[in-house]
Amino acid sequence: MSSSPTKPLPRWIDVGLVPILNIVIALLVSGLIIFIIGEDPWDAVQIMAYGALGFDEGIGFTLYYMTNFIFTGLAVAIAFHTGLFNIGGEGQAYIGGLGVGLCLLVLDTALPIWILMPLCILVSGMFGAAWAAIPAYLQAYRGSHIVITTIMFNFIASALMVYLMVNWLIKPGQMSPQSVTFADQSHLPFMSEVFAWFGMEIAQTPLNITVFWALFCCIALWAFIWRTKWGFETRAVGHNEPAAVYGGVDPKRTIMVAMLISGGLAGFVGLNEIMGVHHKLLLNFQLGYGFTGIAVALMGRNHPFGIILASLLFGILYQGGAELAFEMPKITREMVVTIQGLVILFSGALAYMSVPWVSKVYNILAADKPVPAEGEA
Amino acid sequence: MEEAFVFITLTANATVRVATPLILCAMAGLFSERSGIIDISLEGKMLGGAFIAASVSYSTDSAWLGLMAAILFSMMLAMLHGFACITHNGNQVVSGVALNMLMSGLTVVMGIAWFSRGGQTPGVSPDGRFLPINLPFAEALSDVPIIGTLYSGFLSGHNALVYLAFLAVPATWWVVYRTRFGLRLRAVGENPHAVDTAGISVAWLRYRGLLICGGLTGVAGTYLSIAQNASFVREMSAGQGYIALAAMIFGKWRPVPAMLACLMFGLLDAVAIRLQGVVVPGIGEVPVQLIQALPYVLTVVLLAGFIGKSVAPKAIGVPYVKER
Repeated sequence: MSSSPTKPLPRWIDVGLVPILNIVIALLVSGLIIFIIGEDPWDAVQIMAYGALGFDEGIGFTLYYMTNFIFTGLAVAIAFHTGLFNIGGEGQAYIGGLGVGLCLLVLDTALPIWILMPLCILVSGMFGAAWAAIPAYLQAYRGSHIVITTIMFNFIASALMVYLMVNWLIKPGQMSPQSVTFADQSHLPFMSEVFAWFGMEIAQTPLNITVFWALFCCIALWAFIWRTKWGFETRAVGHNEPAAVYGGVDPKRTIMVAMLISGGLAGFVGLNEIMGVHHKLLLNFQLGYGFTGIAVALMGRNHPFGIILASLLFGILYQGGAELAFEMPKITREMVVTIQGLVILFSGALAYMSVPWVSKVYNILAADKPVPAEGEA
Repeated sequence: MEEAFVFITLTANATVRVATPLILCAMAGLFSERSGIIDISLEGKMLGGAFIAASVSYSTDSAWLGLMAAILFSMMLAMLHGFACITHNGNQVVSGVALNMLMSGLTVVMGIAWFSRGGQTPGVSPDGRFLPINLPFAEALSDVPIIGTLYSGFLSGHNALVYLAFLAVPATWWVVYRTRFGLRLRAVGENPHAVDTAGISVAWLRYRGLLICGGLTGVAGTYLSIAQNASFVREMSAGQGYIALAAMIFGKWRPVPAMLACLMFGLLDAVAIRLQGVVVPGIGEVPVQLIQALPYVLTVVLLAGFIGKSVAPKAIGVPYVKER
């Protein structure tokens, strides 16, 4: 920030130390809040860690949450690479789930699972992508601000879903707006079932084989961003649009491509929730995942590998937070939302707050040594 | 005839009740966005303000103290937004999302810690609320046809914050278009370099824009918790901050059109409730959800440039970095 001659920070500080420092600050503030409301932060950490990782059921839930966060985190990340902010993951996930639900309501007994599986992956992705396509088109060709339009589309998706569920898709003779349950053969296998094939027994949790698809998406997106021409164009537009145009990239098409992928990835949340967990259409199954995706992407620095780590951390927070709500009467699930807000604040909006300080410390330490050695700070 | 008139008065009153927090938030957003700072955290600031207003007025039995506390608290949140976006050049949308999420969680966490009622505050006594005010002669004039009904049935009988909201619109207009501060505020949203060249601090102008923004969202929050209702309920802002943002954009970042957009969105809401289950001849039953989604759809259509063009302040969303 200051213009005095300072050495540029080495890469390991920039991508390693500073993000970790930001998260530590966010968690310290969270601990302070827990302390203020009269609970012991250290106890809370222990309960959360045990609740999320201490036994197989906890691990199952943690990984199930992780699956959703990977999808929405990747969705936000690919848009970020193009310099766009997709705040509409919530709506795209909702509509993606609608696609899966409609598909299974019609075809759940007609087709075998090994056809339904790829079909539903395709449908959830396409529905999510379609919901992102309109804001993307308006951004690319009409210049409307994508943040505002995607927020609006979240609300429109919500209204649309309520309308469809209440008027058309509700199971007849039932009060709560839920559809009929899909036929057993169309369910994605739970991980407990997969383990049972190999003769191992683990607790039944919502964790299903979608988690493998999520990990595959990470690899695929990594390859797309850093190993394909389209991915290169995406990053070029995000870094410097005029230069990209000069280099022959069409930013409008690039925006469309990135946002369609983004919407599709968010739509996969619907695959996990509707085909994998609930086995019927219902309201608000996507609640909060879209917004958490923003925190995940920021924390993972928009890199698929970072996003896996960040998703795991948020999975731990979600599952551990649920356990915490059992153990500590003053703490509820909203504590997790608060921590999420703090993470977004410190590792997103205030991401560079600590840089001048780190830079100062680094310069003092590095000044004594001719070669900046590893391991300080 | 008489019946239709009563119906219109009732709908108009419902519209005003719904539109009041929207108008306050829209004016708040206008101050922030005209200075070049995107503010999607209207929702969070309003929610935080609502919680603080209810908590303070419950413990002090004073509505005005509640209002003051809410204004201060929302201003503090706005300063946090400014600290991230102005001082540290952070991403303004990210900061806004963070504030919304933080408030959505923290209001419940603190509510449970302080009141142990599952995130609600206890009911506020009448002294701690903004109650309807009867304007002078409202009783006496109520028998006079048309004008009397209009005066006592529509103009009179709202709480102080409703009148405040409608005063905020001309006040905003005057500040933004008729004062030196307003001129500079608009300039800093369009071309901060020019303002800086003139020797005026970009950061201080934007901070002041955000202070006003915070104050107004605090009033909106107060309206929700201790004027319209008698306690704070979790998530009671329920997306109204976003609708206000949409209304402000719909009004093309100008006070009076923004207010009209708020009133239109308020009317849609009032009508949606009344139309529930009603069969309109020729169309059939109008889905309530469609009417509820209409504000968002209309905003998207407007942004797309199909019905007029809504152009944001030029420098919006871009952190100002001095050239060296």
